[in-house]
Parts: sequence; C-alpha cells; structure tokens
Amino acid sequence: MLITDLKAKETIVSLVGDKKAFIINCQGCKEVHFPEKEAAELQKELAADGKVTGIITTDYICNTENLELRLQKHMSEIEAADVILVFSCGVGVQTVAERFEDKKVCAACDTYPLPGFQGVTPLEYDCDQCGECYLNLTGGICPITACSKSLVNGQCGGSKNGKCEVDSNMECGWERIYRRLEQIGRLDLIKCPTQLRNFATDAEVSK
Amino acid sequence: MKITEAFERGEFVVTAEVGPPKGFHIEHMLEEAKTYLSGITAVNVTDNQSSVMRLGSLATCKALKDEGLTPIFQMTCRDRNRIALESDLLSAAMFGIENLLLLTGDHTKLGDHPQAKPVFDLDSVSLIHAVKQLEAGVDLGGNELVGEPPKFAKGAVVSPCSDSVDAQLAKMERKVAAGCDYFQTQAVYEPEKFIQFMEKAKQFGKPVQLGIVIPKSVGMCRYMNANVAGIHIPEEMIDELKADKEKTKAGITGVEIAARIIRECKPYCQGVHIMAMGWESKVPSLLEQAGLA
Repeated sequence: MLITDLKAKETIVSLVGDKKAFIINCQGCKEVHFPEKEAAELQKELAADGKVTGIITTDYICNTENLELRLQKHMSEIEAADVILVFSCGVGVQTVAERFEDKKVCAACDTYPLPGFQGVTPLEYDCDQCGECYLNLTGGICPITACSKSLVNGQCGGSKNGKCEVDSNMECGWERIYRRLEQIGRLDLIKCPTQLRNFATDAEVSK
Repeated sequence: MKITEAFERGEFVVTAEVGPPKGFHIEHMLEEAKTYLSGITAVNVTDNQSSVMRLGSLATCKALKDEGLTPIFQMTCRDRNRIALESDLLSAAMFGIENLLLLTGDHTKLGDHPQAKPVFDLDSVSLIHAVKQLEAGVDLGGNELVGEPPKFAKGAVVSPCSDSVDAQLAKMERKVAAGCDYFQTQAVYEPEKFIQFMEKAKQFGKPVQLGIVIPKSVGMCRYMNANVAGIHIPEEMIDELKADKEKTKAGITGVEIAARIIRECKPYCQGVHIMAMGWESKVPSLLEQAGLA
C-alpha cells in the first residue's frame, strides 16, 4: 500500500502562485490511498480564484499510452496553463513531467509507503516513497531514485561523460535535472536552500 | 592554524594530500610528510579514499599535528550518518584540528568493500551546513552544544574541467551559500579550461586552490582519462610522457608538466593543492620548478 498525502496547502498554492494550473488527479491503483475529499476542496478553491484551466480525474497516468489517451481532449486547457499540478504518487508526477518536457510539472502530494501491494509501477520511473517529494525542486525528475547516492543538493563530482560513477550505463540523474530545469527556465531552483533528508517519516504518516 | 588565515594574508597557499595506509603503522608516512611537506601551509588527509578502507583520517590528522604539521581533515558522507559526522567534528575540535575538507565521497561500489551500505545521509552541501550549525552552537537535531562551539575553516571541492561544468558551478554556489570558506579542485590538465572556469567562479569571492596530480606514466593518464570524472589529459601531454621513457619513469617529465600547469594557472587562483599519490618526495622539486619554493 501507499499513501499519497497532500502537501501543505500553502505549498500547493505557492506552486501555482499567480499563474494558471491544469490539474491531474490519478486514482488508479486500489492500493494507493488518495485524499479525494481534501484534494477536491483545495482544487475548488484554486478554481474559484480563477487559477485553473481544467481538471481531470483519471487512472494509471503512469502508463504513458493511457496518459496520452486521457489527456487528448484537454490539450488546449493544458496549453493555456503555466503549471501542471499532479495529485498522484511520485511515479505519476514523473510520467507527466517526461511527457511535458517544456512545462513546469508539480507534485501536490508526498508519497509514503505502507506494507503490502505497491500498486502498478512501470519500470522506467521510480518512486522511493520517501514522504518528502522533491520533484518540485528538480523539474519532475526524482533525485532519490535517479541519483545513485540519492543526493538532494546537486550533482557530485563523479559523473563522467554524463554517466554515473557507479554504472556507466546510467545517466547522471543531476545532469538530467540540470538540463530539465534549464529547459523549463527554472535554473533558479538549483539554488534553493540546503536540503536535509528526513528519515523520520513514520511520525509523519501517523500524524 | 586555519588555512583561511593564510588566504586572508594574501598568500598563494600550497597544500598537499597524504593517504593513510591500510594498517596502523604510520611511521613511514609521518617521516615522508615531515621530510617533504613541512614547508607547505597544510596537509590534507584523505578519508578512505576511493572507498578503500584504510586508517582513519581523524587519527592520522592528530598524528600529523603532533609532528608539528597543520592537517586538513577530509570528511566524506559515504560511511557515516549525521550523528557520527557531527560527533567526529567535535572530536576534531577537541584535538585542535581546525581545517576541514567536506566531500560527498565516492560510492562504495568503487572501492574494496562493494558490499558495504553507502550512507549518504548528508552530502557535501548539507555537511557544510552541519558544520556551520555546530559553529553556531547547535547540532542538526536542533540541540544546543555545551560550552564554546567549535570553529573551523570549511573547505570543499569543485571540478573545473568537468564536462558538466555549469552543474558544477551551480553546486559550488550552493556550497558557498551553505558556508564554505575555500575550495580545492579536481586535478587540472587543461589550464585554458581552468582559467575559463575561474572567470565564472570568481563571482563567489572564495579562494580556490588549483588541483594537481603529477602524471606518473602513460598508463596512469590513459586510466584517468577512461575512469576518473572531471579529468581529461590532452594527447600532446601524453606524447610528452611517451617521448623519453627513462625521464618519465624518474618523474622528471611529470614534474615538468605539473609545474607548467601551475605557472599557467597561478595568476587566476589563490593556491595549489598537490595530490602526490605516493610521489610526496617530488613535491619540493615541483614547487621549486613552479616558482613556489
């Protein structure tokens, strides 16, 4: 099981700022607890402020073909939005970020693990269910799973020709993040304050 | 003495590194350090370099200090979580060790214990932050220290000839923001790339020491070009080593090349850091040829 827990309301509101957002809710996996009511309330507020170009609630956005199909009718709404706000587990956010390379794609949830089945997870993307989703600081590429050291403050000195020191077949996750941030014009995010991992997530889950 | 004091005095600061042995007998290492490195500002002690288990950096720093040398305690985040790192920082302060070089560290898979758990609870940036916190009298858990907090010169590394130099500069900026006082670089073999890098790095206003590894042989160069991140040794330089095998074997060619790199880069940086890798005995002649002795 997983829990996708809404990030703090102020965080989500600040992700949109004075821009316009397209919202994707993923309620695919039965094994994932999704905060439907709270998400709907928050989205209603954002919509009332005129900040929403469209909302879809769908399933299995981690399946790229399915995602494409579901979004087909909403492309103009997505076009009109500055930000795509994704309410899903970390895998879903990464799939959407990969699909819309030039758009700012934000995670509205943190993902925590619970014992049992983990739902559907395609192999290309990974969410470590760390409970403190970094995707909003890294252009939708997860530093926990894309970097072999799970670094959260930028690349180490170990990449050679763009490849990781641990595995010459693996692209340096932080070089991918750097390129993506450059692409979406958000290199400012690479200068964010020093990040410290919080491994005390159990207390968070039970809050 | 803090290395930052030497930078503040406007000195061109020379440091060199020593690697502790795989064992606890350090008489030979101390003797070499005293003989060849006593004239320089400070001596780095590597921390299980390349993820190969060795004698500890902290203990070796203490031994060097007892011999009258100024040690720089290198710390990586590979083998210890934040509790152990902070605790070792306090231990260093107790020993009167005042200089740090704070790194993320190579992955365990690169070393001689590939089965070991890589820790990386902190990284180079958050470790600098942790030191800064301790200096303010608080640990990362938010708890107050007892008594006068420690004070360190906080160093970090940067890779100026990396093929992702913009990402390196971004990381350097984060290190400065976290509280880094000075930088030592990865080994440089391309002065023009280093100079271009320094043009961009000077905006941070922190002293940078040029990293030097004396090229020992053609094989070593080929190995580093294929395997070591941030290092590219130009083919002409390798040809120089090929030219006279005896001269190269004696270390004369390597020292000539290294001295030339230092002379070319000197106007653009604030010091040099020599990673002699067993060739500590060549350091005095290198410094002399570079015009630093």
